[in-house]
Amino acid sequence: MVDVTWGGARVGAQDATERAKALNKLRLGDVVFHAVTRGAALLVLLLLGGVMVALMIGSLPALRTFGLDFVTTQSWNPVTEKFGALAPIYGTLITSLIAMVIAVPFGLLIAMFLTELCPMWLRRPIGIAIELLAGIPSIIYGIWGLFVLAPFLQQYVQPALIAAFGNIPVLSTLFAGPPYGIGMLTAGLILAIMVLPFVTSISRDVFDAVPPVLKEAAYGLGCSTWEVMRYVVLPYTRVGVIGGVMLGLGRALGETMAVTFVIGNAHKIAGSLLAPGTTISATIANEFTEAVGDLYTSSLIALGLILFVITFIVLAIARYMLLRIERRVG
Amino acid sequence: MDNAIYKSRRRGNALATIASYTATGIGLAGLAMILIVLFWEGFSGLSLAVFTQNTPPPGSAGGLLNAIVGSLMMTIIAIIIGTPIGMLAGTYMAEYGRHDKLSSVVRFINDILLSAPSIVVGLFIYEVLVVPMGHFSGIAGAVALAVIVIPVVVRTTEDMLMLVPNTLREAAASIGLPRSLMIRHIAYRAARSGIITGILLAVARISGETAPLLFTALNNQFYSNNLNAPMSSLPVVIFQFALSPYEDWQKLAWTGALIITISVLVLSIAARALTGTRKAS
Repeated sequence: MVDVTWGGARVGAQDATERAKALNKLRLGDVVFHAVTRGAALLVLLLLGGVMVALMIGSLPALRTFGLDFVTTQSWNPVTEKFGALAPIYGTLITSLIAMVIAVPFGLLIAMFLTELCPMWLRRPIGIAIELLAGIPSIIYGIWGLFVLAPFLQQYVQPALIAAFGNIPVLSTLFAGPPYGIGMLTAGLILAIMVLPFVTSISRDVFDAVPPVLKEAAYGLGCSTWEVMRYVVLPYTRVGVIGGVMLGLGRALGETMAVTFVIGNAHKIAGSLLAPGTTISATIANEFTEAVGDLYTSSLIALGLILFVITFIVLAIARYMLLRIERRVG
Repeated sequence: MDNAIYKSRRRGNALATIASYTATGIGLAGLAMILIVLFWEGFSGLSLAVFTQNTPPPGSAGGLLNAIVGSLMMTIIAIIIGTPIGMLAGTYMAEYGRHDKLSSVVRFINDILLSAPSIVVGLFIYEVLVVPMGHFSGIAGAVALAVIVIPVVVRTTEDMLMLVPNTLREAAASIGLPRSLMIRHIAYRAARSGIITGILLAVARISGETAPLLFTALNNQFYSNNLNAPMSSLPVVIFQFALSPYEDWQKLAWTGALIITISVLVLSIAARALTGTRKAS
């Protein structure tokens, strides 16, 4: 070993090796930290993969026994161990559809209010309030639905609906009595109220992303507020709005607690929206701990798999759409 | 100027404006009503006994002590498990692999996990923890909650580290700081309040989660600190009590719902205040 010159001063070989040691230690620390963070990132991927694989393995017995019949039949009989998922799938889709039909127009109109009509000083408070409401756990909406909304609907709204549409061909089956209070319509309404803050805050964010120049140009031409919304803001943000709606739909499809309280848990497909039904998540929540026998448990896990696949597709589309609008803005 | 067209345009605008005002009114009123009913029902049942007594059998008085303790324990463990994993993954995406393929895939998957149905997480943990262990347990519930914590923390950590100015990193590199030390001592410090915000939001998110606990932690009528046994939690107790026919139980369910809502609101407001001061400074 020779002496080295370091910063003008002569440094002994001893110092140089110590320095090299210290540097090596730092390098090792760097490599380890890099590997650990990378491992954590991979773990997130593994998590999703793990969920998929675990559900697939769990649902294998049911899918092997029933095959395609599992998604095409609606008998759900724990005693004879015959399980078909059609009724929960139908319930999930219909309640989410009701929720979106109500929440989307409301959400868009509120977002329009927040971005175009609302006085400046009120925008932040209302925006914050909506975001806070988006964070309230779904069980709160569920308990409210059970004790407040369901009795209210049973007493006032549902009898009126039955009476009003009693003589109109299609609508009379859609709103056929008796008014239970709980049922598909109530579940859809609760979901709508729950999803509303999501749809609103995302729509507001994408509306805000419209360059002011575009809107000002339209206003300068003499466009009314509505025309600016209709012909400038909506076309510009279409992809983002669809993404936001899909995100809300993903929430509605997978929502458990808000629905379980008010759906009635009846495994049959009824023509009437007022009849009790069930959804995938409500079925799992209600029956899983009481499920006796491997086939029963496995059928419930298979339901979970179906739900996961549906929401995965919906959420993937949502993210893709939101990503597209982000790229355009950024 | 064509008068008819002008009039119909005005009418259209008036209609849309009114619809917008009404929608906002109805929406806000509906959401306000939920909170008002909740506060009314919840406060009328609130007493010291709620925090000092265990959940009662039907027909007698009691509190929510075991449920509150169970919820706290599982939440804390979930945060202890989920936060490091989430932070490290977020660090990789923002610091090491900002533009590589792995990061964009993880980002996409993470966003999906962020809004994936939580009941599916419950099923997953049931399959991988409850079945091998042979029984329901508090630790399974905590792990299920941790799975929900991870994506929230990943997302905020990444976002917050992205906001750290690159000049800080360059300055650190220029004085010879290794990358890992730069991240830990410079980037983390600059993004600290943002990352804490993420953790607070994660706590808020899991404090009301019911579905993943239903068949992992199950429920326990008695006071229990044993993580290896079924454990009670506020949301599950609310679920059970609200659907029961007993009035005492329903009352307690409302009170529990109030406790959860207040803690979620406090956490979200604290998180907001934290990021607010960061932006201001």
